Amino acid sequence: MHDVSCREVVELVTDFLEGRLAVERRDLFERHLAMCTWCQTYLEQMRHTLSIVGFLREDEVPSPLVDSLALAFRAERSRWGGDDPTEPPGG
Amino acid sequence: MSVGSRLGPETGDASLVAALRAGDEGAFRELVTRYHSSLVRLARASVASHAVAEEVAQDTWLAVIRGIRGFEGRSSLKTWIFRILVNQARTRGARERRIIPLSSLGGDAGHAPAVDPDRFVSDGQRWAGHWYAPPVPWTDLPAETVIGKETVALVASAVEELPDRQRQVVTLRDIEGWTAAEVCELLGLSEGNQRVLLHRGRSQVRARLEQHLGGER
Repeated sequence: MHDVSCREVVELVTDFLEGRLAVERRDLFERHLAMCTWCQTYLEQMRHTLSIVGFLREDEVPSPLVDSLALAFRAERSRWGGDDPTEPPGG
Repeated sequence: MSVGSRLGPETGDASLVAALRAGDEGAFRELVTRYHSSLVRLARASVASHAVAEEVAQDTWLAVIRGIRGFEGRSSLKTWIFRILVNQARTRGARERRIIPLSSLGGDAGHAPAVDPDRFVSDGQRWAGHWYAPPVPWTDLPAETVIGKETVALVASAVEELPDRQRQVVTLRDIEGWTAAEVCELLGLSEGNQRVLLHRGRSQVRARLEQHLGGER
């Protein structure tokens, strides 16, 4: 197997991060990385990018929305009939 | 609401399903709180506006309410809910855009390189395939620049601009923290395809961020 070039590294990064590189290929990848600060930088940038993408997660669900959906849930529940448990309608 | 008060973010599927079927409103509220924003975010990959995505997510909840008693547990509760959303969003998006052909999927998995090929030494030359215009470390930049509001907003719009399938995969994997297997199951993708979409999407977002941070030598 031939050495991995920088151009290949940038295409293998995801497989590497996913733990999906075959053993030999991963060895070549890691060997390249150990010697190439530019590709190290690339990998760092990718990791950094992913951590910022992760920031996009936080989002509050507005409680009026939860309330109105819960109302719909109660309405449906009242149609379920006999086995309606514990709570009275209107909760 | 005594049952509901015991339910929290850690409550597992089985007890949630049981509680929902028993008509426990607290369980339903927990579910909405847990997944609503994720549903809206995922719907955004298929429809034109946030408002429509919000509607699709709400319609999904109504379908969940109507269908929970018929839920058979063949997939996880989460996958079941998100599949309802994906189907509704697809229908809605298709209606909006007068039916995008399925072949748009092919475009997503196309061969756009992760990095502009001009940034590598061309074939036939010494050091072929090595960086010609290497990336510049972001570690030297001030923290406010690297993780500031503006940067986060830019990354958000970079994700929004991804082709639909890439956007779905990046959203689920990197924003919502789903596993590859879960994403494959939900979107009906092979593992390899999922990884290609993830790779294209991530690479493009990194490239946009690099442009923004001025990381080219």
